[in-house]
Amino acid sequence: MARFIVRRVLYSFVTLFILSATIFLIVRLTGDPVALMAEASARPEDLERIRHQWGLDRSWPVQYVTFMENAFKGELGKSFNYRLPVSQLYFQRLPNSLTLGLAATLISLLIGIPAGIISAVKVNTAWDNVAKGIALLGLSIPGFWLGLVLILVFSVWLRWLPTSGAGDWRHVVMPAVALGWYFAASMLRLTRSSMLEVLGSEYIKLARLKGLPDFVVIAMHAFKNALIPVFTLAGVNMVVMVNAAVIIEVIFAWPGIGRLLYEGIFQRDFPLVQGVVIMAGFMIVAINLVVDILYAFIDPRIRLTR
Amino acid sequence: MATIPADPRLAVGRATPGRLGVLIKAAREAPLAPLVILGGLVLIALLADLIAPYDPTVPVKGAEMFRPPFWMEGGSVATPLGTDFQSRDILTRLIYGARVSLIVGLMGTLVAGSIGTALGILSGYVGGWVDQIIMRLTDAWLALPAIVFAIFLAAMFGPSMWNIIVILGSVYWTRYARVIRGEVLSLREREFVKLAEIAGASKLRVIKKHILPNVMNTATVLASLTVGVVIIAEASLSFLGVGVPPPQPAWGLMLSEARPTLMTGQWWLTVFPGACILLIVLATQLFGDWLRVRLDPQQRNL
Repeated sequence: MARFIVRRVLYSFVTLFILSATIFLIVRLTGDPVALMAEASARPEDLERIRHQWGLDRSWPVQYVTFMENAFKGELGKSFNYRLPVSQLYFQRLPNSLTLGLAATLISLLIGIPAGIISAVKVNTAWDNVAKGIALLGLSIPGFWLGLVLILVFSVWLRWLPTSGAGDWRHVVMPAVALGWYFAASMLRLTRSSMLEVLGSEYIKLARLKGLPDFVVIAMHAFKNALIPVFTLAGVNMVVMVNAAVIIEVIFAWPGIGRLLYEGIFQRDFPLVQGVVIMAGFMIVAINLVVDILYAFIDPRIRLTR
Repeated sequence: MATIPADPRLAVGRATPGRLGVLIKAAREAPLAPLVILGGLVLIALLADLIAPYDPTVPVKGAEMFRPPFWMEGGSVATPLGTDFQSRDILTRLIYGARVSLIVGLMGTLVAGSIGTALGILSGYVGGWVDQIIMRLTDAWLALPAIVFAIFLAAMFGPSMWNIIVILGSVYWTRYARVIRGEVLSLREREFVKLAEIAGASKLRVIKKHILPNVMNTATVLASLTVGVVIIAEASLSFLGVGVPPPQPAWGLMLSEARPTLMTGQWWLTVFPGACILLIVLATQLFGDWLRVRLDPQQRNL
């Protein structure tokens, strides 16, 4: 077990190294931030001075090592545009993204789990087909378009919900639905297949043979075990949603890290983009590491395979 | 040798179904709706120059901006789905938009599939440190949400349709690499591969003659499921302004141009392009599901 954990942690560091080096290189290969920051009339010696001031005149390996050293200390550099530490900007926005991610996760669970269970219990009936239809639409409706249509219906026509910004719960509803919709489909599919697997197992057959009523078999015995993988995926999905909500945050003017990244990209704010992207990678690598180790605890077979 | 039927059941009753019979059987079981939708869209995209009533990038002469669809007040059958903020015909732009979506969807999938399949085979068949490097690379790619990676790359490399194809291809290959590596690991242990190796076939030959043909089904199924993802990703990038540049008629771009009019009631500018994306992705998903059942019996329960 200890060896398994050590190896997984090591892999995670390698993953983060490759990711950060790739991001770092692409950022520097594709354009000069100083030329974009300064006005067109700026003199070459001014550009040189700015370059020196931001440490961009040093060689790439030196810049990378400095960046990683600081990153391990929790410092992600200073934003070109805001003239503030990236970590400060990031952690200002992070709570908003967490709120949105959590709300979207709840919505994906509220749609996915009941529909998945009904679909599995009433497999190959009309109910199952409705659930399959929902899953199909979840994958086919672009989330950002759903967001636009929601605005059209609930803000413009019905005037029930505000179109954008953050505030009370009414601001969260539409972005959370638009973001969670796609993930509801994956929740549904997983709940369905997981329930089907459990319902076909020996201990459920035994429970039925004992004469337990259907409701007890499903609610007490099957449900509990079938939901372990579902909640694991929900956890991973939540971390992904916190980091992948760029378009939804742009549409609803939601002040989260997705929009911070979007702003950073368009202002060619290197340190900001680097920081946000690497934090996203860090979060996702961390949640995968946790899930891997937890599963290895539960199921010893995982420890033995590569 | 040829006179002995391979399967005794075939000798009784009807003759072996020929190639034509197999084709007819496949056609009979084919999913009609998605094939009609996809076939229709491909035709529309190919014949855009012939069937589109106007030029997609030029304002319609005599038409005002934001003209509604023909069934609404102020609409006209000359511009059946209305006009946009530059009084360009929406139907025309939707027709040409199908071309962009299909080209990016298919080419992007081809790039992703080629990268992923090649890396998967290499990783699984060669093994050792090659496998290690490729798998760690895959992990690193999976550590970022694909769409965030794509937005980042598109913003860095600049907007153009061909850039988007390469970018989406180089973001969505990871699933192919992982799944195909797994298949190759088990293929490698099979007798026909072992025998080919003993017979002195080079690694390249084994890959070409024995490994590749056996992973093509899986790659095809994965591809059918990737097309829709790539189409939505392209629309997302175009919507954010880092995808297909204006004035090209891409559906995502049309949605982005429609954003300012969302609050002022010009709903048709938002609804039609999105409905087109929904339709095309839905059709590819249905087709993919059917393909999966046909080509990969193991996945039938999924």
